[in-house]
Amino acid sequence: MKAECPVCGAEIEFAEDTVQGELLECSECGTELEVVSTDPPKVEEAPQEEEDWGQ
Amino acid sequence: MDKVKVTIVGASGYTGGELIRLLLFHPYAEIKQVTSESWVGKFVYKAHPNLRKNTELKFSSINELEKCDLLFLCLPHGSGMKKINELKKLAPKIIDLSADFRLNDPALYQKWYKSEHTNVELMKDFIYGIPELHREEMKTANFISSAGCNATASILGLYPLVKNNLIDPKNITIEVKVGSSEGGNKSSDASHHPERSGAVRSYQPTGHRHTAEILQELNFGEELNVNLSATSIDMIRGVLATIHVFLNDNLEEKDIWKVYRKEYGNEPFIRIVKEREGNYRYPEPKLLIATNYCDIGFKKDEFSNRLVVISSIDNLMKGAAGQALQAFNIMHGFEERTGLEFPGLHPI
Repeated sequence: MKAECPVCGAEIEFAEDTVQGELLECSECGTELEVVSTDPPKVEEAPQEEEDWGQ
Repeated sequence: MDKVKVTIVGASGYTGGELIRLLLFHPYAEIKQVTSESWVGKFVYKAHPNLRKNTELKFSSINELEKCDLLFLCLPHGSGMKKINELKKLAPKIIDLSADFRLNDPALYQKWYKSEHTNVELMKDFIYGIPELHREEMKTANFISSAGCNATASILGLYPLVKNNLIDPKNITIEVKVGSSEGGNKSSDASHHPERSGAVRSYQPTGHRHTAEILQELNFGEELNVNLSATSIDMIRGVLATIHVFLNDNLEEKDIWKVYRKEYGNEPFIRIVKEREGNYRYPEPKLLIATNYCDIGFKKDEFSNRLVVISSIDNLMKGAAGQALQAFNIMHGFEERTGLEFPGLHPI
């Protein structure tokens, strides 16, 4: 089962025992992803803490 | 397997030293001679102290050169084109690391170097040295001209976008931040420590010669307008090119990812670096020290079609000696990463 990373479009392969709500990391862009569906396979970006280094 | 016997001409400079360091540990290469007119008879480690206890080689004069399988030329710009007719009698293959044979058009050379090329007939015999663009030609090449460091970072950052006609070719702006080793190992008033340390020196706001290589190599039929500025900063090795371009269509970042992946997905020395968290979200020159990688990242402006591409290399490696060794490997059918496996240091 393969999903597409919503950030970089890379293929995200699910393991057989992947479950909804599981957190994965895209091997291409490093984005943390949440499995929102296993059938059909779908991931979304997991919530992240924003940083601002400006002054 | 017989080792390829190589000689480095002009080996006392930083680029020559880097080549010696790499070739000493290359399993299929043997350094036959290294030349330097100012260090004749001296051990190599006198000029390159990191090589102490790694080699018993001594510098020879260029007048003492013997035949070998391949010559690496690390001579000052302008010098190789005068000597090459004699030098090419000594070896069937040459990799030139100077700027003398990067361009194949004498008029382009004259325009950017402000002098006439004195060996025009050989200009077209050289293959431009960026493997990601010329790998197939390199496999059968006898003469390769390694690309300029700032040109390498810029070309590799831009190549997928220009080739796939994704950007306005008339509106390309590149700012390179560079380390002091780009200036070579000759000291001057400008490199005196109290003057140089801490300086952010706008040393070439316009007219940088590497612009010519960028124009030549990214010529896919449409006229390009490239605005290149260079600033030297307080680091020794490294180039960070920040490139501003404007997308023809309103592409999403995911589309840009796909283009870079299509062009570079199988490249051993190109990495796309673009992360949303962590300390190293975009390319960082210091992580590339002594490696042959070119790291490329990008970010699309939320409010316009501007795309900012960030491309980084070690100028002495992917921008010079590493690139030359990669070409050497391709010329001889060796695995492309041979001798170039070092992944860098962290922390550094």
